[in-house]
Order: sequence, then C-alpha cells, then structure tokens
Amino acid sequence: MLELSRLHRRFAGFQALDDVSLDIAPGEFLALLGPSGSGKTTLLRILAGLDYPDSGSVLRNGDDFLATPARERRIGMVFQHYALFRHLTVIENIAFGLRVRPWRSRPSRSEIRARVDRLLRRVQLDGLGTRYPTQLSGGQRQRVALARALAVEPDMLLLDEPFGALDAQVRVALRRWLRELHEELGLTSIFVTHDQEEALELADRVAVMNKGRIEQVGPPEVIYQQPATPFVCEFIGKVNRFSVRRHAGGFAAAGWMPEGDPWQGRFTEAVAYVRPEQLRLATPSSLPAWQAHLRHIYLAGGVAHLDLHVASLDLALEADVASEDLSRFGLQLGMELRVAPRSVVMFPLDGKGEPLSEERWIWHARSPVPA
Amino acid sequence: MRRRVLPGFGLSFGYAVAYLGLIVLLPLAALAWKASGIGFEGLVRLLSAPRTLAALRLSVGGAVVAALINVVIGLLVGWVLVRYRFPGRRLFDALVDLPFALPTAVAGIALTTLYASNGWLGRWLEPLGIKVAYTPLGVFVAMVFVGFPFVVRTLQPVLSALERDVEEAAESLGAQRWQTFFRVILPMLAPALLTGFALALARAVGEYGSVIFIAGNIPMRSEIAPLLIVQKLEQFDVAGAAALGVAMLLLSFGLLVLVSLLQRWSQRWAERAA
Repeated sequence: MLELSRLHRRFAGFQALDDVSLDIAPGEFLALLGPSGSGKTTLLRILAGLDYPDSGSVLRNGDDFLATPARERRIGMVFQHYALFRHLTVIENIAFGLRVRPWRSRPSRSEIRARVDRLLRRVQLDGLGTRYPTQLSGGQRQRVALARALAVEPDMLLLDEPFGALDAQVRVALRRWLRELHEELGLTSIFVTHDQEEALELADRVAVMNKGRIEQVGPPEVIYQQPATPFVCEFIGKVNRFSVRRHAGGFAAAGWMPEGDPWQGRFTEAVAYVRPEQLRLATPSSLPAWQAHLRHIYLAGGVAHLDLHVASLDLALEADVASEDLSRFGLQLGMELRVAPRSVVMFPLDGKGEPLSEERWIWHARSPVPA
Repeated sequence: MRRRVLPGFGLSFGYAVAYLGLIVLLPLAALAWKASGIGFEGLVRLLSAPRTLAALRLSVGGAVVAALINVVIGLLVGWVLVRYRFPGRRLFDALVDLPFALPTAVAGIALTTLYASNGWLGRWLEPLGIKVAYTPLGVFVAMVFVGFPFVVRTLQPVLSALERDVEEAAESLGAQRWQTFFRVILPMLAPALLTGFALALARAVGEYGSVIFIAGNIPMRSEIAPLLIVQKLEQFDVAGAAALGVAMLLLSFGLLVLVSLLQRWSQRWAERAA
C-alpha cells in the first residue's frame, strides 16, 4: 500500500504539485492522466526518487518512502525516451541492474545470463541480444527499457509516457501486451500519459490531473460516465458544452428541459455537457428537442461524426452515430433533425460564474426510447 | 552513371585533395627528401646518439604524460563548466582558452618566472625539494599548460549533450554514483576524451616556444627534440635536422594512429548503427 498525502512541489514560477493525495493499492494498474504541465511526471519522479516534494509525505506500508534513496526503492522505471545505455548491447543493458549490485547480493554470471535470456524471451527480443540500442526500432527499444527495469525484480513499475514516441500501430499492440504483462507479473504499475484513450483502455484506475491537482480518481468507466469536474468532462473524450438557465419550471436550454431540480431553487445558471454519442437524432415530437441543421458528415470507419448546428442555441454540436445508421435514418447533408440529449452532466455556476464541482448533477432521459 | 543527391562531389573533393597535398603533404615530402641527404648510416648514427634519444624520450614521453594529466583535469573542468551554474562561470569558461591565445614565448617566460627559485610558486616548492624551472618537470608543466584547452573544448559539447535520464536510469537500477560514472558516463565520454588526448598530445610533442624558456635546455636532461632540431639548423646541418624531424613525425603519427584505433573501438556502438 502506497499512501501519498498532501504533496506540494514548486518549480521556479509554477506549481507542479498542489496538495496531491492518493492511495495506491498493491497490484493495481494506475494511470496518471493530464495535459502537459499538469504535474503527472513530477508525481512519477517523486515516486521514483528522482525528485522530492517541498512538503507532504509518501508512506509505503507505513514506512517513510521519501527517506529511501532511489536505488533502494525497488522500483523499475521506464523513461519516456527509453534512456538506454547506448554504449552497451541489449544484453548488457538488461543485465546492468544486476551487475552493479554489491558482490554479496549479485547473482552469479550464469544466473544473470539465464535471467537476461528469460527476459529477452518475455519481451520477444530473443536473437537481438547482441545488438546496440541504435540498431533497434522504437518499439524494440521500449521493450529493452522494460526488460531492463524488470531485471531487478521491482515491486513497482513506473512508466513515463511509455508509448509517447511510437507510431500508432505499434502503440496499440504494445499497450495490450503491457496489460497482459502486468496481469502476469502482478506488479503495481503506474504510468503517466496525456493520451486518454491509452489511460482508459489500460488502467484499473485513472487519476486525472490538472494544474498540479488531482481532479478525479476512479475506474475508467466512472471517469468517462460520471466526470467529477468540468475539466474532466472536457479533457476526457469528446463533449459538447452548452449552458442552461433557470426558468419557471426548472432549468432549460432553448426548449429542452431536464426533469427535476436537485439544487432546489438555488443557482440560476449551469454549464452542461453532453457526449456526442449521447445525442438522440430523431426525437419523437412528444419529447422536447432542438431543431438542428446537419452541416457535415465525417465518416471515420465504423463511426460517423455529424456536425450539427442548433440555431436556437447558436451552438455547434457534434454527434456520433454508427456508420450504418447513416442510411438507416436517411441522414443527408442540409437536412433538419430533432436532437435531444440522452444524458447530461451539469455544474451550477456560483455568483462569480465559476462552476461548482461538488454540486454536480448527472441527468438521464427517463425513458430510453431507441434513437 | 550513379546519381548523387549531394551535389559538387567532384569539385569539392578535388579542392580538398589539392589543399591537403599543397599544405600538408608537399612540405612533408620535402622534409623526407632533405632527410635522405644524410644516408642510412648517418640516420642510424643520429638516432642512436644518447643525446637524441634522451631528447626524443623527453619530448614524446613528457607529451604523453602531460596529455594524460590534461584528460583528468580537462574532464574535471569541463564537468564543472557544463554541469554547475555559479557566478563567474562565463569568465572561467573564457580563461580556459588562454593557453590557445597567449604567444607561446610569453607563456614560457611567465611559467619560468613563477617557478624560478625566487618566483611566487618556486619559492615555496624549492624548500620542499621540488625543483620545477630548468628541469624535466618544468618541461612537463609547460606541456600541460599548452595542451589543457584541447581536452576541455572537445569535451564540453559532448558533456552538455549527455542525457540526464540515462544517469537517472542507472540510479534507479541501483547503481551507486561511482558506478554510474565509470559504467555509464565515462564510456560515453571516451571518444571525446580520446580526441582531446590526441590533440593535447600532438600539441605538446611539437611545443617549442613555451618549453625552451622553462626547460633550461640541459643536454641529456631537459633538452627537447624540437630544440635539437633548431640547434642543428643553426649549425647548417639541414639534413640532420630534417632526419630528426622525420623521426619525430613518425613517432607522433604512430601515436595518433594508435589513439584513433582506440577511439574507433570506444565508439563501436555508434559505428555499427543500422
């Protein structure tokens, strides 16, 4: 169990970590997700012992983790640009962590050799052991870096943007493989990424970071379906934003009205988010909806992105439908559609126009009529 | 005919060969031709003379040791200049080039004044039994002085290009600081260190101006080979001077080839890049 509490870290002129607390369970696969400058790499480096917080504590099973030097933390770190030793062969790179041990705890030559061979097979690089890093592709280098980190049998694997420098195809293959490896080894793994798809697909839990703070921590489906703050709404997935105002019978936006009022008369305005796949395109006339004009259709394989314009809100909306639905609904450029959200996340605005995350309201359409 | 992407190969290659021939090879050929004037027996007699051998040993041996010392000091100074930020760093950095810029005779006179028995440093060293001026040690000090900037300047760019994360990787894999230095940093610096060594060596072998003032030029003891050449010229023994020159040339060339072989080996990881 790793307990991070109240971590602060300030660099010249900017707050990299601002009161970060987080518990990490053994064996968990955690993603630190955020835009650049959100503090996620700083947090990872503090766990690795390569940086230290200005204040706050990190405890591992009750012991002060920060007092332990990096080389004694039993962590395996995989760096963004791999940081391989370019003057050493693949085998020598992987064996490095074992060869630098004091002779009392250093495995014998043959044992090191056997362990390196096992790791080479595990990362599917057998036969490339005598090459130098410059002779390998990006994906191969990444796997060498991983094997090198695993060679010292760490308790925890830390990965800094592990797939950042790879091309799209290698990326997807490598992250599935990493997920399998994680399940096989049962290590605690923490990785930093700015790619939400990667975080949502790979991790057991995702911590979304922004400006040095953790905005939300939770399983991927919770992060996606129940975003805790406006930032999470906008950062994760695609989303349409519009505003709703209080009227006589509750909140409304140009004729569309979510039923209920969890705020019981407080607040006059709220910011609302709806995901592209949560827009119903052919709403029956018995339900309130917006009149929308279909401006563009972008066909992206199995999914079609529709660019809609709602005149009454003066708002451009993006809606996603399955490609085969295009012909099923007879969707054509320039046609008028009755569009209504199926599910909306709303945050009321306080007197200064700031959204209040703690007053979040997730609204779902009451009777899910097929779209 | 094969097409080339880079234009102008013929012209630029021609120029390069012509210049190399005119500026380097022609004078060397003239040297060899002059040297042949003393004949084989004369050459053997000249090179086996104890005075010649002593001078060559001092010039080449001193230069090798001086270059080695410079590698150590240069690494330290380069490291400090690249890795740390401190007030006066730029000034310090500019000072490194002084041995380049100073006329060698001025450097020699300055060093002699410092290390003479009544000089600022000599005054304190002499009572300890360390005589620098007018001894082989003085020759050596002058050689270190003139060779010093080469190591620092060849090392600096390589040092600043070293990635921090490679050191961090070594540390997180459990390496102690000294292990990181000897197993990771030093091997990556080796090619640059060898280049610096070769340059410092070449400079020190042929150094004349700064050495003769501090050397005292006592035959068999603190007399350098270039001085022997000058003496032979003054006695109009052009063939002898040239022969000695050729001998030095071959020695230096052999050393430089050795260094460049070492360098190639130290860079084997880059050579075989696919």
